[in-house]
Amino acid sequence: MVFSNDVLRQIIVSHYSAPAFKKAIDDPTFLKIHLSSQNCIDDFNLYLKVDNNVIKEAYFSGVGCAISTASIDIMCQMITGQSYEYAKKLIDEFHKMMREESFDQAFLEEAIAFINTSKQPSRIKCATIGWDGLSVLINKDQSDKKE
Amino acid sequence: MFDVKRIREDFPLLKTKMQGHPLIYFDNGATSLKPQVVIQAINDYYTKLGSNSHRADYDLSYYTSEAIEATRKEVASFINARPEEIIFTSGTTAAINGLAIMLKKFLKKGDEIILSYHEHAANTLPWFALQQELGLVIKYVELTKNGEITTDNLRRLITKQTRIISLALISNVMGVVSKPQKISNLIKDQNIIYIIDAAQAAPHEKIDVKAFDCDFLVFSAHKMLGPTGVGVLYGKMEQLESLDPYLYGGSMNDKYDKTGKMSYLNVPTKFEAGTPNISNIIAFKAAIMYLKSIGMEQIREHELMLREYVIQQLIKEVPKIIIYNKEIESNTVIFNIDGVFAQDVATYLNSYGIAIRSGEHCAKLLHYYLGVGSTLRLSFYLYNTKEEVDVLVAALKAGGDFLDGFFK
Ligand SMILES: Cc1ncc(COP(=O)(O)O)c(C=O)c1O
Repeated sequence: MVFSNDVLRQIIVSHYSAPAFKKAIDDPTFLKIHLSSQNCIDDFNLYLKVDNNVIKEAYFSGVGCAISTASIDIMCQMITGQSYEYAKKLIDEFHKMMREESFDQAFLEEAIAFINTSKQPSRIKCATIGWDGLSVLINKDQSDKKE
Repeated sequence: MFDVKRIREDFPLLKTKMQGHPLIYFDNGATSLKPQVVIQAINDYYTKLGSNSHRADYDLSYYTSEAIEATRKEVASFINARPEEIIFTSGTTAAINGLAIMLKKFLKKGDEIILSYHEHAANTLPWFALQQELGLVIKYVELTKNGEITTDNLRRLITKQTRIISLALISNVMGVVSKPQKISNLIKDQNIIYIIDAAQAAPHEKIDVKAFDCDFLVFSAHKMLGPTGVGVLYGKMEQLESLDPYLYGGSMNDKYDKTGKMSYLNVPTKFEAGTPNISNIIAFKAAIMYLKSIGMEQIREHELMLREYVIQQLIKEVPKIIIYNKEIESNTVIFNIDGVFAQDVATYLNSYGIAIRSGEHCAKLLHYYLGVGSTLRLSFYLYNTKEEVDVLVAALKAGGDFLDGFFK
């Protein structure tokens, strides 16, 4: 499936201007990670409610640019109700797209809105900030459980 | 005559392209481009001298040492100091950190340091570290509506415990200028050390440490056409003589023995341990000579002309523009496009070949004053032109949702 730039742009604009998963969570049963980057003022928290390696709920709070905000919102939408294993595959495919390697387009659904990011290298960090945080949270949770 | 076309010929990077467009470099607050004479001077050191700087034994080393001392003299004359009062560091950040370490011996619990919300992280965090270690108190001078620092507001803050006042001469975001003569007059004969962060001032203004009557003044070569990795720590001789080194090692010691007894060489050598950034210190001289050949006043005039022009054009052509420092005479313009995240604008401009900074510009206390976090900073230098401003204004005018850059 090939989307036009207009469609991709519309996806980003709508997730940026009306993010569905933006909600600050004050509940200690959620896993939480703070996301910030050196070169821009992105300042987010990512929250996951996990049960038996399945992400039951995912939210984020904070502020960032259009790219980072839309990317996190789409990510939360895609991982809600999914297993860690599925989320990890999403993360892998998303990073392949960032590196301009071949990737599974259908699997990435709306996240392919960020397919042009590699042409603006300074924005790769924005597009991946949420996905990188997700990866850290999952790895940490899994190694905590092993101990 | 100030001839910007002629000047632009001297800067090789102005011939480069970004995203397929001629580079328009408006991020001079972060670092400046370098003229060919500076690049050539670095090359000359590695092709013609190449040795370390211990005066002594053979010709090449002797000439290397001489070249470093020549830069020291040039810097001294540029800021009206004595050459012995010039210490080379790796930059402003290193100079302030070094100062904080060296001044520690004069400070105790409850002593006060005065800063402002304008300060760069380099002039806040080293003091925060001392605050935590020694139990110091950090106070912030109240700013006027236009962001200025007045002596009245400073006077109100000073107490018997005030030991250090450390302020930027020109702030790196708002371009606010503090008034050194008035500040040093205010604290005359009090036991207060006055430090000036001139990182943003030295590239654009005449610096005169005698007239300023400050105790210390610091700046970086890379923001004033010089190479990266070189900074200056100026100190009044009597102040420097009262300090112990913050770096120990080769080149700075006089003698030492196995019991740990050691003595140091004289100021400024005792503060310059280790092999310095030789090539870049030497090339810094070429940068200062270049600035002098153009004239600091002419540079200032050119920047202010561009600033007035861009503000006028932005207000006329870009209805959603918000400018935060309209009232301040400086080489920077701080702005936002209403409703658009600053970094989205910067990326959009990148797609037109325009280099402009977004974010908090390393001054993360400023939002207490400005009330906004992220802004765009346009900072001019001698090689910028009205035509470049026109490209910027046209791009902003056509911005739309500012995601164009992302879908090219
Ligand atoms: C006002 C001010 N102080 C300090 C610094 C730090 O300079 P450097 O990074 O060269 O050490 C900067 C640089 O951005 C600055 O603008």
